Amino acid sequence: MSELSPEFEKPLLKIEKKIKGLEVNPIKNEKEITALREKLSKTRRKIFTNLSPFQRVQLARHPLRPLFSDYLAGMFTNFIELHGDRLFADDAAIIGGLAEFNGIRCAVIGQEKGKTTAEKLKRNFGMPQPEGYRKALRIMKLAEKFSLPLFTFIDTPGAYPGIGAEERGQARAIAVNLEEMMQLQIPVIAVVIGEGGSGGALALGVSNHMMMLANSVYSVISPEGCASILFRDASKAEEAAKVLKLTAQDLLKLGVIDEIVSEPMGGAHLNPPKQFEILSKSLAAALEAINKKRNYSEHRYKKFRQMGEFKT
Amino acid sequence: MFFFIKKSEDGLWLKCSACNEITYKKQLVANSYVCAKCGNYFRIGGKEYLNLLCDDGSFIEYFSDIKPTDPLNFYDVKKYSKKLKEAQKKTGTTDAFTCGLCTIDGVNACIGALNFAFMGGSMGSVVGEKITMLVEKAIKEKLPVVIVSASGGARMQEGILSLMQMAKTAGVLAKLAREKLPFISVLTNPTTGGVSASFAFLGDIIMSEPRALIGFAGPRVIEQTIRQKLPDGFQKAEFLLEKGQIDMIVERAELKSKVAEVFNILKGGKS
Ligand SMILES: [Zn+2]
Repeated sequence: MSELSPEFEKPLLKIEKKIKGLEVNPIKNEKEITALREKLSKTRRKIFTNLSPFQRVQLARHPLRPLFSDYLAGMFTNFIELHGDRLFADDAAIIGGLAEFNGIRCAVIGQEKGKTTAEKLKRNFGMPQPEGYRKALRIMKLAEKFSLPLFTFIDTPGAYPGIGAEERGQARAIAVNLEEMMQLQIPVIAVVIGEGGSGGALALGVSNHMMMLANSVYSVISPEGCASILFRDASKAEEAAKVLKLTAQDLLKLGVIDEIVSEPMGGAHLNPPKQFEILSKSLAAALEAINKKRNYSEHRYKKFRQMGEFKT
Repeated sequence: MFFFIKKSEDGLWLKCSACNEITYKKQLVANSYVCAKCGNYFRIGGKEYLNLLCDDGSFIEYFSDIKPTDPLNFYDVKKYSKKLKEAQKKTGTTDAFTCGLCTIDGVNACIGALNFAFMGGSMGSVVGEKITMLVEKAIKEKLPVVIVSASGGARMQEGILSLMQMAKTAGVLAKLAREKLPFISVLTNPTTGGVSASFAFLGDIIMSEPRALIGFAGPRVIEQTIRQKLPDGFQKAEFLLEKGQIDMIVERAELKSKVAEVFNILKGGKS
């Protein structure tokens, strides 16, 4: 647990602290420790079975939540990182390359927020610039050329809103990724592991099988942005999170994602190895199912073609 | 700068908010809604753009039966359903995109235009669906496509469903490209967010009206992020032309002939 943990985790932190104190003398305090452990797991269950949408937003951004680099290390082998868009720069907000997954050769791309302050700055908090999307596209096309399935990991507050990003065509970079991803003649599997921030997330998300971790979110705008623009009140982020319908559970109902990947009780950060194992199983099953499709790009397009609600 | 049309009492006279010149409406229309005195571009709606681009009487509207719903039961300071009704009343259209078939200087084409007056020209399910259907129609009839954009981006009130319209419209344009049919994207003031980051920047040819604001992020969001003032002219059409992001800037009065000229050279369709 961390100092920066969200408010709703604080009761758990308190019990954990107590247990730690008693553990100085585990034999003498055995009974009390056992009781507290039970209380801890009970409290945790109670909190985590009644999460509000905004609490899920907080979990999606949790300071201890595993990042793409963790999944990369925990689920893939023989990773070869590829750098640069061949046009301008190498954007560290996106990591991509070649790897093996369960012995299957593949390409893997994802947004990386960074852990330490220095790394966060280097990776621009996971907010890609056009060169990041163009690097991603280059790796996608490489995967297609060599018939490798593609896995994408989404975890971004959004595409970076900056002067350079605009000058170098952020809008065009995202638009091209959408158009090109739609046409890839390889299986594409995407998973939101944390924050799916709008167009900046979608630019890696045009997939045959779209999944979300149970405590991740995916939205057209952040709850904070929605609160200040639509509610005209920055303090309304909690309510905005509710009305935006941005949880994995909401998106499954809306037909936008295909699968919710469960998280260990208490969230992915409580047991990352367990999370990698759960997600690995889902990725493997999804890949096996998509491999049976005859036309990957048409399958992908048909999924998106029917999205949206209107009346005639 | 751009200003809304200020209507006089009888609606026959319009005042330019830039120079205060009062112009007879018919005269303004004849001048493509550009102030004859100061050159200010009046902000106009989708239907006005269709009038500017289509040959007289050639426009046949399609897909007007596609109407919005409120899939998320969304509310902010107001209910989305109420905002929709107000926008419908204000504009006389069911949503922000009007489209159909027409001729442009005699060239048959599929055409559509966003209407900024309808909830900022935002793209929700209806706009995304109508664009997709329009492009599908173009593929079926082997026609070129021109779309005029004026939009703040995705319609937040439809949440993730509006975001998915970006992928949907990009996907159908990929199909149009495979059929080798041209798509001209006309950007007007403003074109930002989920609209610029999808179909609007996927034109074979991208044109913009002079001085239009074009970008991914809005200037206010950028200023808040980088905590500094943006340089003059940043994100204006002239800036985008200089940065290599658009093909050309076209005066409003020249849009129609320029679109027809391009279509006449590209022709299109699989030979
Ligand atoms: Zn004037």
